[in-house]
Amino acid sequence: MKHTISVLVENKFGALNRVAAMFSARGFNLESISIGETEDPEISRMTIVTEGDEQILGQIVKQLNRLIDTIKVLDLTGALTVERELALITVFYQKSNRSELIGLCDIFKANVVDITQKTFTLEIVGPPEKIDSAINILIPFGIKEMARSGVVALSRGEQLNRHKKGSSEVLAI
Amino acid sequence: MTSKGHTLIGAEIFFECLRREGVEYIFGYPGGALLKIYEKLYDVDDIKHILVRHEQGATHMAEGYARATGKVGVVLVTSGPGATNTVTGIANAYMDSSPIVIFTGQVPTHLIGNDAFQEADILGITRPITKYNFLVKDVNELASTIRKAFFLARTGRPGPVLVDLPKDVMNAKCTFEYPEKVEIRGYKPTVQGHTMQIKKAAAKIKHAKKPLLYVGGGIIMSEAAKELTFFAKTHRIPVTMTLQGLGALPAKDELSLGMLGMHGTYWANQAVNNCDVLIALGARFDDRVTGKTETFATQAYKIHVDIDPTAIDKNVLVDLPIVGDVKHILSELSVEMTESPDTEEWLKTIQAWREDCPLVYETEDGKLRTEYVIEQISEKTGGEAIVVADVGQHQMWIAQYYQFNNPRLQISSAGLGTMGFSLPAAIGAAFGVQDKPVISISGDGGFMMNIQELVTAAYHKIPLKIFLINNSYLGMVRQWQELFHEKKYSFTDLSENNPDYVKVVASFGIPAFSTDNPNEVSELLDKALAYNEGPIFVEFKVAREDMVFPMVPAGASISDMMIKRLNPKTLV
Repeated sequence: MKHTISVLVENKFGALNRVAAMFSARGFNLESISIGETEDPEISRMTIVTEGDEQILGQIVKQLNRLIDTIKVLDLTGALTVERELALITVFYQKSNRSELIGLCDIFKANVVDITQKTFTLEIVGPPEKIDSAINILIPFGIKEMARSGVVALSRGEQLNRHKKGSSEVLAI
Repeated sequence: MTSKGHTLIGAEIFFECLRREGVEYIFGYPGGALLKIYEKLYDVDDIKHILVRHEQGATHMAEGYARATGKVGVVLVTSGPGATNTVTGIANAYMDSSPIVIFTGQVPTHLIGNDAFQEADILGITRPITKYNFLVKDVNELASTIRKAFFLARTGRPGPVLVDLPKDVMNAKCTFEYPEKVEIRGYKPTVQGHTMQIKKAAAKIKHAKKPLLYVGGGIIMSEAAKELTFFAKTHRIPVTMTLQGLGALPAKDELSLGMLGMHGTYWANQAVNNCDVLIALGARFDDRVTGKTETFATQAYKIHVDIDPTAIDKNVLVDLPIVGDVKHILSELSVEMTESPDTEEWLKTIQAWREDCPLVYETEDGKLRTEYVIEQISEKTGGEAIVVADVGQHQMWIAQYYQFNNPRLQISSAGLGTMGFSLPAAIGAAFGVQDKPVISISGDGGFMMNIQELVTAAYHKIPLKIFLINNSYLGMVRQWQELFHEKKYSFTDLSENNPDYVKVVASFGIPAFSTDNPNEVSELLDKALAYNEGPIFVEFKVAREDMVFPMVPAGASISDMMIKRLNPKTLV
């Protein structure tokens, strides 16, 4: 089963590498990983999409928690979440099918961000399934190249906003 | 205590920090990137620097020191090859959860990433084999980083921590301040166990008919041997130990079943197969212990206590996990245990298994046997010596025949299985512990892998007993070749290219002896144990083709033990 995991990590060099290396070293599936700074510049949020049964997922969450840079791990699967992915897709067109393509852009709420004599570059934002179906529709036109950002996700409401600087763990010996 | 002070350069801050961490020894090797540190070391007389002859030796020494003393071992090596030579030792410490801090020199910050002379991305190389690693880019972060490194190495599940020190940072100046507190947001090891879980565990154990304690290195690391002994003896619950757990309960105790697993005792493995409540304490269900996991302790309700949550449900699914420090949890569990299970029948059953199938070895042909040598060492030291094994057959025979009567006496490379570990680790242990004999036992294969550290032992005149078990084979590999690879002894026979070990060792200025006669063992051991002027070496030339039994073939169930070899074709 596919899982979306949100991980708050210290915004330091090496943090992404540690997470990615943990997945490869332990043979866990890593479908997508995206990372960016949060409202606290010392913390980054990683969104990881992975796949595995309950036991594997339990290990993934525990292993992520074990990393020293990790502040919080949340398995968002089944929770109320907002999930988005960005795709940039360059498709070939001809005069004869240009209006059809523009119509499809409207349906997918895609923006045309670049255009040449032969190609459109579209920007599509949405849940990964929407991007998947857009790609399927565009394949017959001929996709020149594309880039997907990987999923970013947040739970709905206020659940995740508790990790301000003031709550940092202080350990004394 | 916060220490505010005057302006110091990085190299001076380095030693100030080590003083505050109580460092006694640095195991190190100088090099270009460390010149400022070695310059300042010249005037440091309260921290002793031990010059090794290979950086791998430094890491094993630091680990031997850490495991014998419970303190943090410290390594100092230069950049590039100095750093990469530590990799095996770091991986070893990581697998066995040993607290060491490795300081590596690094090229100046402006050259990092330029493929500069003696540059290696040691952070990238060691990320998967350290608990954490740091690159100090600014001298203002040096003291707090060293503070964090020691804190991380010794707390929670201990492990190696590496600090990379660029050359220019060692020359840069700042005001020295040693932080009072360590702030690491993501690091909060759970020490106290969950009270309800502990109550549940107590309820299960109270009503068990065939309970069994399965204890690992976690008991030794958390200094919980006393709590374990009290718990086991109060409730009369038998104890089986992993290789790393040996000594947690004295081997001579009637409740001690010795080691379980691949080369464990028949009765310990039978107890695992038949117990109804298995209480795993600071042990991680390693594949060398469980064999085929689907058939491991199938009748048992499994309770697992570990400070590392990832150890739980990793290899074997358990019924009741308790995350926390085993010392705290055992104390709480003892309070909750208001009544004891009746285990007398169970203990009788185990005793019958013990009598059915004792540990035995060949004696009639007059050849010298490793088992006999180990038995003699055990008797003569009363099970109170620090015995540092290398890796292979002799390591398993030590586990079977040396009667470890206290914690921190058994030191060997359990997780990684690093040949060449014994000699340097024993040197490190001997620096840390002066009131007990320290014995290094190696096979002829492993001994060659770090033989250069004989210089370190000889120069410092440490009273180390170095025993070589020489069968002129890579014995354990040969055993597997005989049993599972059609006797294709591919590159394991060392008889034609082994050196004359007595001559080699004597050339280091170490008294050296050799025997293949069982009748000479006792006298040579007495001589070695009495010699305190420095290291002493004895080679025991043993029967060449003996095998370690009992044995559970890799991947088989631990109920499918090979007890002994009747002849090469018949296994019983």
